Parts: sequence; structure tokens; C-alpha cells
Amino acid sequence: MKFVSFFCLLAALTVAAANAQVDFTGEWAPLYHEDGPERGPGPELGDYTEFPINDAARMRADSYDADRISVVQEYQCRPHGADYALRGLGQLRIWRDIDPATQRTTAFHLHFLAWDSERTIYLDDRPHPPDYALHTFQGFSTAVWEGNMLTVTTTNLKANYLRRNGLPRSDKAILTEHWTKHGDYLTITTVIEDPVFLTEPLVRSDNWYIDPGQHIGIFGCEYAAEVPKPEGAVPHHLPGANTNLREFANWYGLPFEATRGGAETLYPEYRSKITPYNPPAKCTRYCNCTSLFNCNVDSR
Amino acid sequence: MKTLPALLLAASLYAQSGQNVAGTEVHVLPVQGNVFMLLGAGGNTTLQAGKDGALVVDTQFAELAPKIVAEIRKLTERPIIWMVNTHVHPDHTGGNEALSKPYGPGPGQTPRIIAHENVLNRMTQTGPNQPEIPAGMWPNDEYGTAQKDIFFNGEAVVIYHMPRAHTDGDSIVFFRKSDVVSTGDIFTPGTWPVIDLARGGSVQGTIDALNAILKLTVPARYQDGGTLVIPGHGRLCDESDVVEYRDMLTIVRDRVQDLIRKGMTLEQVKEARPARDYETEYTGVPGRWTRDQFIEAVFKSLSEARK
Repeated sequence: MKFVSFFCLLAALTVAAANAQVDFTGEWAPLYHEDGPERGPGPELGDYTEFPINDAARMRADSYDADRISVVQEYQCRPHGADYALRGLGQLRIWRDIDPATQRTTAFHLHFLAWDSERTIYLDDRPHPPDYALHTFQGFSTAVWEGNMLTVTTTNLKANYLRRNGLPRSDKAILTEHWTKHGDYLTITTVIEDPVFLTEPLVRSDNWYIDPGQHIGIFGCEYAAEVPKPEGAVPHHLPGANTNLREFANWYGLPFEATRGGAETLYPEYRSKITPYNPPAKCTRYCNCTSLFNCNVDSR
Repeated sequence: MKTLPALLLAASLYAQSGQNVAGTEVHVLPVQGNVFMLLGAGGNTTLQAGKDGALVVDTQFAELAPKIVAEIRKLTERPIIWMVNTHVHPDHTGGNEALSKPYGPGPGQTPRIIAHENVLNRMTQTGPNQPEIPAGMWPNDEYGTAQKDIFFNGEAVVIYHMPRAHTDGDSIVFFRKSDVVSTGDIFTPGTWPVIDLARGGSVQGTIDALNAILKLTVPARYQDGGTLVIPGHGRLCDESDVVEYRDMLTIVRDRVQDLIRKGMTLEQVKEARPARDYETEYTGVPGRWTRDQFIEAVFKSLSEARK
């Protein structure tokens, strides 16, 4: 009898190890120590650093006029896509579905503060819809366990942005996420492959800590005509006419070409190719930005 | 004589009739309400099915008719009562006759084929170098007003004429209860807009038509879904997708207009590649429509409007 009990215990432990399911449920508060200025106040115009973009993406961003998201009503309530939602105002609630017969997790559900966006990640082996089906801002996500890490694959995304200064992400992109939990911390590493705008995968990471007392308010969004505009107007800059593109390089004393993005600029070897870097004598912009709420331009 | 190449081009736009479509698979996508989307070798077909029968928007190619009907029969045994042609091109009208005779209301009766009167005019008045189009493929219920309404399968179906857009005979079809818009080739996500100047199309008319579509669409929560949009070619869409396409065409129009104002010739405009930031996202129709033809159509359309 002792032998049987031992065998059952061993079997149960083995199954648990094989399934290696981690419970990500809870209220998660975002940490903005990575890329704080971009995620809080918003990115600088013309800052394409860190992105392996192609010429098409660069030109698309150069022609972008931020008036578009206020003047064009259809943009006013447009949410972050599944990829950017992890970076934006990311107060996050996660809950899960459990199959009562197997006690296995069959889905995680995510709710974000920004635009009240919700997303489901399926773990029940269902297939992805065909490409000709409707695409959505959150896309269609399935996941598998790789040890204690949850690997999520998202397809059927709508066009959105890589960065909120006009850098585009297409509806052909595939988003891969790797979820890991370390005690009270959650890290999601994202890999975006976009054959339309990226020449290499874009890898980023975002972090949260558990915050049981967090209350996510209602975001709400209702679009309205607040700025008079001609019928059908789409604000944009004509090629060569955007006078804001050099601001970022000038503020931080960077070589302009280094701010233009592209795979080559991501690697250390690129330093030897650019003109000598002369940092400004004194930091005047985003000098002490560690969270969403202290990202003041003159924070020094 | 200068117009001959344009006429030949227009005749060949999407004109794959007679091609080998034997291996083509027809995919059916339930959209919402009574409406389905059928993807095959030509333009997308929209089906509205119910107790009153079937309403078919655009009929692809004659060769595909048996496969299209086989899919329709899985959804309804009722006959095809109405057909709508969103415009004249054969990848949207090629199956008119093939679907009408065997699958219509009954012996001696054919479905009513609705189209704007300019579609009928284009079909009946083909040029000297264009093949005649059999009478059985012609619309038999043409309209010449801004819109035409019918009530079918428990919902209002509103057909709006979009003047001088993809062609001069474009219609969009709005299924009001199902909340679905079928746009024809005014909206073809992922493909450079085909502006058929030889058949009365224009860039401004296409932009106006896209903005008219956006007035019909209302997104649901999270800005997804709500009013769904079946494009002339390509995947099922909603308002956000139409916005992306409208923005592209508006921005390219503005850029070409700016280059025209600067005195550039057509060749100089093409060389400037005013749509180069869209070149990795949009493609042509192989052998029939290219980026340069799109730019040329925008240039000529704007130049004509300035006269």
C-alpha cells in the first residue's frame, strides 16, 4: 500500500512538472523603468532608434502628423494593438479559464486600462483563423508552455504602430511573447516579425509587479468633432517638409543618421561608422525619468 | 489613338475570364447576420441568404459558378432571386449568366441583376477592339439614381451609387440589419487602387466613395467589428481597415498633386516614387496593374481635374 501511494505521489509530481503551468492571474501594475519617456509622455518625433525598420517604415513615420489622431474621428478611440498594449498605460488584470475535467488552464484573459482593451489567449490547441478572416487590434492568440514559460503566438492583427510617433506595424505582423513570472514580478518579452516594415525581428520586454490593491478605472472613449477640418482631411507631412525630424537629434546631441533607425544602428559596430558623438554638456531633457509620473522635460 | 492602350488596359483589368480556375478553391466565411463572403479566383462574392432566397453580390467568373453554387447550396436551398454587380469588370460579372439560368427562380425566370446604368452602358457599348459581352451577362434591372432600396430576407438592402470612383458605374451594397457593407473594387486592401480612367473612374471619386463607406460604418467595442466590410478583393475588414486604405490614397493623392503643382511631368512623378512608403504593403495585380499604373492613373486623374 505504501508503494502504491508513493507511486501515485510520484505520478502526480511528474504530471505537474510536465504541465509546468504557472498561474499569472491577478492585478499587475506596470513598471516604466524601461523606455519611460516613450511610454509615458510619448516618444520624440523623429526618434527611430532601436528599430530595425526599412525605408518604407521610415518614410511613413516621417510623413506622420500627430494631428491625425485628434482631427480624424476614426482615430480618436483607436486602441493600442496587442503588442503596444503591453507598453502603454499598462495596468493589467489577468484571469483564467480552467477546464473542470482536467483542471488545466484553457485560456488567459487580459484587461488593460488603456481603452479598456481586452484580449484572450487560448491554450486549448485551437487553430488560428485564416488570414482572410477579420483582423482585430488584439489579434488572435494561442499559447503553449515551455517549461515554466508561456509562449504566446498572435496573428490576425490590425495595422497599428511600433512607436507612437508614426512608426508603423502592419497587419501581416506576427507577435510572439514569452511570459515568465519571478515571485511578484511578471516579465513579458515580445518579438515582432513584420515583413512589411521590419528587416529583423523587434525584441522588447516589459515588466509588472503584483498589486492586489490595484483598481483599474473605466477608460471610456467617445469620439467627437473638436477640431474643424475639411471633409476627408488626413493630416500628414509631404516628403521633405517635416521640420520636426531633427529635434530629437539636436536635443540629445546625436548624429542625425543615428536617429533614423535600421538594423545596422542596433549593433555596437555602428558606433565606428557615425560621426564623433558630442553629448551636450548638461542634460536638459528627461534626465531623471524612472516612472510614468516623473517624466518631466526639465526634470533635472 | 492615344486612348487605345487605355481601353485595352481597361479591358484587361482583372480580366481573367477563361483562365484555368479548375484548381481554385472557394472559401466561405460567415460574416454576420444573413451575410457570407465567398473567396475564389475573382472578386469577392457576397451572399445574403434566408427564407426569401439568395441575394448574390458579384459573380466572379463563369467557370467558377458550379463551385460557388455548391457552396451557396450548403447554406440555402432557395433560388437566387437577386444579383448585384458592383461594377462592370468581368471578375465581378463573369458569372452572371452561369448563375442566373440554372439557379434562378424557376423555368423562364431569371434573377434580377441590379447594377448602375453605366454598367449596362459599358457592357452594351463595347469599343471596336473589345469583345462583345453576351446579353445574358447584362444587368436586367439597372438604376440611374443615387440609391436603390430593396427589402429581402427580413432586412433593408440599400444600394448606393458611388460616382466616378473605381469606374463610373460603382455601387456599394449595405445590408442594414446584418450591418455589412459590400464595396466592390472601391476598396481592395493590400492592392494598389485600380482607378479605371477609361471607364470613368477618378482618384477623387474613389476617395469620396471611401469616405462615404466610412459614414456607414460604426465600430463595436475596442474599435473592432461592428459594421463589417467585404472588399472587392482581399480579406474581411472593418472600419479601421478602410481608414488605413483611405489614408493611403489621400496621402498619395496629396503628394502627386504637390508634384504636379511643382511642374513635374508624369515620368518625373513616377521617378519620385510618391508611394514608396506603401510599396512593401501594397501590390499590383500580376500582369495587369502595377504601382506605376496606379501613380499614372492618379496623375492623369488630377491633371484632368485641373483642366
